[in-house]
Amino acid sequence: MAVVTSSPPAPTKRLLESESAGRRARNRLATVLMAACLLIAMLPLIWILWTVVSRGAGLLGDSTWWTNSQRGITSRRVGGGAYHAIVGTLVMALMTAVISVPIAIGTAIYLVEYGRGRFAKLVTFMVDVLTGIPSIVAALFIYALWVTAFGFQRVSFAVSLALVLLMVPVVVRSTEEMLRLVPRDLREASYALGVPRWKTIVKVVLPTAFSGIVTGIMLGLARVMGETAPLLILGPYTSSINLNPFDGNMAALPTFINQDRNNQALDPAFDRVWAAALTLILIVMVLSVLGRLLSRFGTVKK
Amino acid sequence: MAKRIDVSGLDAFYGHFKAVEDVSLTVEPRSVTAFIGPSGCGKSTLLRTFNRMHEVIPGARVSGKVMLDDENLYDDGVDPVAVRRTVGMVFQRPNPFPTMSIYDNVAAGLRLNGVKNKKVLDEVVERSLKRANLWGEVHDRLGKPGSSLSGGQQQRLCIARAVAVEPQVLLMDEPCSALDPISTLAIEDLIQDLKDRYTIIIVTHNMQQAARVSDRTAFFTIAGAGKPGRLVEIGDTAEMFSRPAEKATEDYITGRFG
Ligand SMILES: Nc1ncnc2c1ncn2[C@@H]1O[C@H](COP(=O)(O)OP(=O)(O)OP(=O)(O)O)[C@@H](O)[C@H]1O
Ligand SMILES: [Mg+2]
Repeated sequence: MAVVTSSPPAPTKRLLESESAGRRARNRLATVLMAACLLIAMLPLIWILWTVVSRGAGLLGDSTWWTNSQRGITSRRVGGGAYHAIVGTLVMALMTAVISVPIAIGTAIYLVEYGRGRFAKLVTFMVDVLTGIPSIVAALFIYALWVTAFGFQRVSFAVSLALVLLMVPVVVRSTEEMLRLVPRDLREASYALGVPRWKTIVKVVLPTAFSGIVTGIMLGLARVMGETAPLLILGPYTSSINLNPFDGNMAALPTFINQDRNNQALDPAFDRVWAAALTLILIVMVLSVLGRLLSRFGTVKK
Repeated sequence: MAKRIDVSGLDAFYGHFKAVEDVSLTVEPRSVTAFIGPSGCGKSTLLRTFNRMHEVIPGARVSGKVMLDDENLYDDGVDPVAVRRTVGMVFQRPNPFPTMSIYDNVAAGLRLNGVKNKKVLDEVVERSLKRANLWGEVHDRLGKPGSSLSGGQQQRLCIARAVAVEPQVLLMDEPCSALDPISTLAIEDLIQDLKDRYTIIIVTHNMQQAARVSDRTAFFTIAGAGKPGRLVEIGDTAEMFSRPAEKATEDYITGRFG
């Protein structure tokens, strides 16, 4: 030790040294690595988009795509549209949303505003479990309930029920997070005005978290609209238009894709597969944009 | 219609931790009472027991009596929501509702309690903003978001929001601590104007402010970390600042402590 302390003092350092060469090299290495990761992450995405757009855009320009069904059109024939599948997907998504959103928001409000103790922990745990359920399990569960136990037909409403199981945990999680972001101060400001708790939640907390909640709902919907397993198990495909969720088969974009994929060696079917895929992507995009616009309503104009 | 507050034998807890012990004091109506004392001595906690805001924190509870004229706030059957309509509160950080316009912020207390008549609301908004000395600055942009105002304006907006529901008592927890000196003066002037209508309690760390705005001052202290805060003395502000009865008070206000 004595040797160390008595060694000659190191040359005095400047306080603001310039970056050392080693640090500069490490910095460059890290930057390159990050950029590479970004590229690797983006590549498949761009690739998918490119494939879908380049192969699917052709049919979308055709007005019959948006207005006609596939009724009477075999895989060998060109023509027909995706109207039956688009409407089916939208109907099922709407039913799913109408059922899931109140349940999910109610649960999130309970967990954030009221939930204490064991029951709340149990609910949180159940939501976690639901989040991890594979879609085919949700579908089989509804099948066991709807078809086996109750003896009902396989109809699109049952599909929506399975989708509800998948959508609720997503929306609960995101809504919970948004509600927790609302500062305590705001709640207290409202209580201090003599506003009861439930009214504070409805009129102050929810509006403040509104845009975040809407974004969460849109994410949940986007996830659910592309789900295929529940459709395969509970929602048989049809090439005709059907708007009744409680009677008869109803088409959806994923099952439409699946139908024509069986014959993808044939050009007309091959084209329709990609066009339907692109349509699904577009619908999800339009919904997200609508969600953004909707969430603007919640805030005061600047 | 301002009311007198009579506190006796009040303890306040967070779970098992006793934050305030055995406070008894009287707050006179139509006057300003300042609460001073070192950080952590329970001023905010005590203040929040006066409008039953303490109990919104999970595990928090209160024992003792807080009389508002002749009603005990902690009697069985007293609705905390009704208490909060009678005893208004202004917070340390300005907290206007971010989704609401200036107008809606001031009208919030009435609207959320079911008043819909536009004429009544218009009148209340104008009167409250005038009382908060803010009307002149905002009357031509009532539709703008409350958060578009400066910090000092926001705090006056919060005061307008609090007085709009016609409380009897106004509690202010360090209302100026986030504000610049000019806005602070504006709020101090406002407190002077408001005191002929309301009973006002203000928590402050600023001795000059306590001396400037208050008629009476209560000094609290704490024996050490983890110990509960206690009231040392309460009295006429001028008296207390010139001839404090207790050594601890003298040390604190002359800056030898805390
Ligand atoms: N939400 C809470 N949960 C648990 N303990 C708390 C809570 N709020 C305050 N306390 C404790 O209660 C005691 C009194 O706190 P309080 O905020 O009333 O002090 P104060 O006098 O207002 O301090 P300051 O001047 O810094 O605002 C402190 O020991 C604090 O740690
Ligand atoms: Mg405090």
